[in-house]
Amino acid sequence: MKKGIMRPGHVQIRVLDIDEALEHYCGLLGLIEMDRDDQGRVYLKAWTEVDKYSVILTLADDPGMDFMGFKVTDETSLEKLHRDLLDHGVNVDVIPENELVDCGRRLRFISPSGHTFELYVDKKYTGKWGIEELNPEAWPRGLRGMRVQRFDHCLLYGDELDTTLDLFVNVLGFYLTEQVLDDDNSRIAQFLSLSNKAHDIAFIAHPEKGRFHHASFHLETWEDILRAADLISMTNTAIDIGPTRHGLTHGKTIYFFDPSGNRNEVFCGGDYSYPDHPPITWKSDQLGKAIFYHDREINERFLTVLT
Amino acid sequence: MSINYTIHDSYSGAVINCTSEQNVLSAISLDGRCNVLVGCRGGGCGKCRIDVLDGQFECGKMSRRHAPEEAINKGKVLACRLYPRSDLIINTAPDIGK
Ligand code: FES
Ligand SMILES: [Fe+2]
Repeated sequence: MKKGIMRPGHVQIRVLDIDEALEHYCGLLGLIEMDRDDQGRVYLKAWTEVDKYSVILTLADDPGMDFMGFKVTDETSLEKLHRDLLDHGVNVDVIPENELVDCGRRLRFISPSGHTFELYVDKKYTGKWGIEELNPEAWPRGLRGMRVQRFDHCLLYGDELDTTLDLFVNVLGFYLTEQVLDDDNSRIAQFLSLSNKAHDIAFIAHPEKGRFHHASFHLETWEDILRAADLISMTNTAIDIGPTRHGLTHGKTIYFFDPSGNRNEVFCGGDYSYPDHPPITWKSDQLGKAIFYHDREINERFLTVLT
Repeated sequence: MSINYTIHDSYSGAVINCTSEQNVLSAISLDGRCNVLVGCRGGGCGKCRIDVLDGQFECGKMSRRHAPEEAINKGKVLACRLYPRSDLIINTAPDIGK
């Protein structure tokens, strides 16, 4: 049931060096620098996004994800979500407007998996980058690197998948699109959507709370994925796997790392979903194929290399 | 100017060349004998942790979670961020907390 949460809005990523991170996220991925704040954070967007930014880089001595934010359609829904979170026993911090540049009030809470999430309604609208509002061209010239289209989703590792699913489905209005069940039919991976996308957020079971597996960015075609892989080689960027296809979501993908060791993904294509679709299920004895459809073998890095 | 050094892994007995410009992980991961895991190659995940038993080195930025100050002082560092400044003796044994 929809609760007014519309889509992923932003992710704040901790990096060890801002300049190296900018060379990666702007020079290689093709995000665009939009602003900086007095905490030294840098605000980036992908060109098809309509709001001012979606990725915030912050300097830290331990890489990883600070929080992921979702955009809510209107204030009434945000207030209702606030009450519902409190009724569900979740602590909510209210972050005042403009704590993130040009962003309205944010409600912040921690999921049972140990990850920090935010809900907000307002962020400055700047329109798609580099093209006109009226009679828009197909794409802007002057994009760098992979020319990623949007920040798409995060995959997070943590425990308490069941209570996290309950929160995301029953309080926040996501629905389960894909899952991996182990021999006892307990869920070890859950992919959740607000939309027709195969996932807006995903979780994989892991004994430690609050770990970050990857932030993913959308590309249009398989040709773009190959071109992205060429750029990864040209820049001597640490690659994890790919180009290949996932079994889960059936997206075509590359995993690689930013200079601080945070994993990124670029992907295209794959499954679509509607709330009436039963969740697509993989069994854990086929986990290798579920994760890497061609290799059909899981590499240890996928399961244990996290920030 | 890059200088050539040798890295001696006391765990496997391997002796490997590594330049002053090269991170130790990139040198030792090419040699199958060392017991080293290649993760993010960015000092973030802690997979490539090794012990430096002897020698001079410099480190790039590393996650404090995986390389706290006290550990660095004891030579427990992340090989992907480790640059030799002399010949090094290292230990890649599996029980050093990877
Ligand atoms: S490989 Fe991740 S810290 Fe070295
Ligand atoms: Fe992904």
